[in-house]
Amino acid sequence: MSTKRVVITGMGTLNPSGNSVEEFWTSLKSGKSNISLIDEFDVSRYSTRFAGLIKNYDFEQILDKKECRRLSKFILFGYAATVEAIKQSGLNIEEHAEDIGVEIGSGIGGIDVLEKMTIALHERGPSKVSPFTVPMMIIDMISGFISIKTGAKGPNASSVSACASGCHAMGNAFQMIKNGKAKAMITGGSESAITPIGLASFCAAKSLSQDNDNYQTASKPFDLNRTGFVMGEGAGILVFEELEFAQKRGATILAEVTGFGSSGDAYHITAPAPEGEGGARAMKIALEDASIEPRNIDYINAHGTSTKMNDMNETAAIKSTFKDHAHDVAISSTKSITGHLLGAAAAIEAIASILMIQNNIIIPTINYNTPDPDCDLNYTPNKTVEKEINTIMSNSFGFGGHNAVIIIKQYA
Amino acid sequence: MSLTQEEIFEKVKKVIVEGLGVSEDLVKMESSYTDDLGADSLDTVELVMALEEEFGTEIADEDAEKLTTVTKTVEFILSKN
Repeated sequence: MSTKRVVITGMGTLNPSGNSVEEFWTSLKSGKSNISLIDEFDVSRYSTRFAGLIKNYDFEQILDKKECRRLSKFILFGYAATVEAIKQSGLNIEEHAEDIGVEIGSGIGGIDVLEKMTIALHERGPSKVSPFTVPMMIIDMISGFISIKTGAKGPNASSVSACASGCHAMGNAFQMIKNGKAKAMITGGSESAITPIGLASFCAAKSLSQDNDNYQTASKPFDLNRTGFVMGEGAGILVFEELEFAQKRGATILAEVTGFGSSGDAYHITAPAPEGEGGARAMKIALEDASIEPRNIDYINAHGTSTKMNDMNETAAIKSTFKDHAHDVAISSTKSITGHLLGAAAAIEAIASILMIQNNIIIPTINYNTPDPDCDLNYTPNKTVEKEINTIMSNSFGFGGHNAVIIIKQYA
Repeated sequence: MSLTQEEIFEKVKKVIVEGLGVSEDLVKMESSYTDDLGADSLDTVELVMALEEEFGTEIADEDAEKLTTVTKTVEFILSKN
């Protein structure tokens, strides 16, 4: 059976750098940090007191009061981004309902709800636990809820692979269309883990930067003095479509998805495999899937979390995959600007990368000051670079040793 | 101080409007939660929890199952009042 080409026709986002794709791009181009102090709960006893936060978005613009009350934050974020993405795509879901699916990822899902209900249970007993706890909390409800709201009746599930969840969701959506199982997929990721227990857990794991006095420069991927990642929240949603289906309805095509690769480290619960061996394999598989060579990649949107281990091992993985081209290819980590959106990271990074392809501008790694001998590639430090970008690779790696890599190119 | 039937109805109505997101004029004494106000099984569980909060009382599961209409709810609360 011949496989289908897969294109992207819609994008939507709600993230610390903007409440729409347009705001996101403006913010990325300005090269300024969008990290702020956490004020939603008392953080005075936390070792990290800052994050990339969603601000000034009124969910009652798109949902009624009752729906807002009964949805956890990651579903609200994901739905807001979906509304924007579907609007841009112009897709008439009703007309093709059974051919349009939803595959959205999240690392932790409704931890905000689980936390509140655990407190209610502990303080007031089991009769005070809401009957909506399970539907609000479970990760797959984001895909379920979006199908209910949009009427999409095709394949419907969620992907969970920690910080690679969004990339696995997009990879699964890509393969679904490529193999003729769906004509279009609403895909991406969403995350809202900045809650008392979410923050305390990442603090306890010593994963986060604790540079509270310099929080706007705390996310410094690949810099020698990096001290950990900075949490972020939000969602990125994309509409993937079969090329002919999109052409037939006269859709504007934003870019084409050409490859996906995934692998497992089989090594450690949180640390990446030495030399980024698993990540490198995922990159190679994605390149083979796209039938291209490393030299065809113009830009890598790195996982680049700003942790010691990730950035060093990802650099090694890029070197072993790209060989001679490793020092030439432009790399950056937009997490330096947005923070790390965990299961939503890959989706907003795909959107950022598509905007870079469309505008031929590379968004830099900001806060980069001191080179690390273990990280000696071209990370596009601090300043935007104008360069023709045809094909990009975006890396995502998750706790548990999940590696996912997607390749997107200019549509031609 | 005990509440009158009218006062209880007004409080129950407020809880229903907030909980089910229906407009006030839809909520009548004879309204059935599922048939007239569009509530599903999860909605009714939540509604009972909200009534417990509003009236500072506990409603046992076997009593809650019988509260299918506004009238039955108001009468039940009046009896506990």
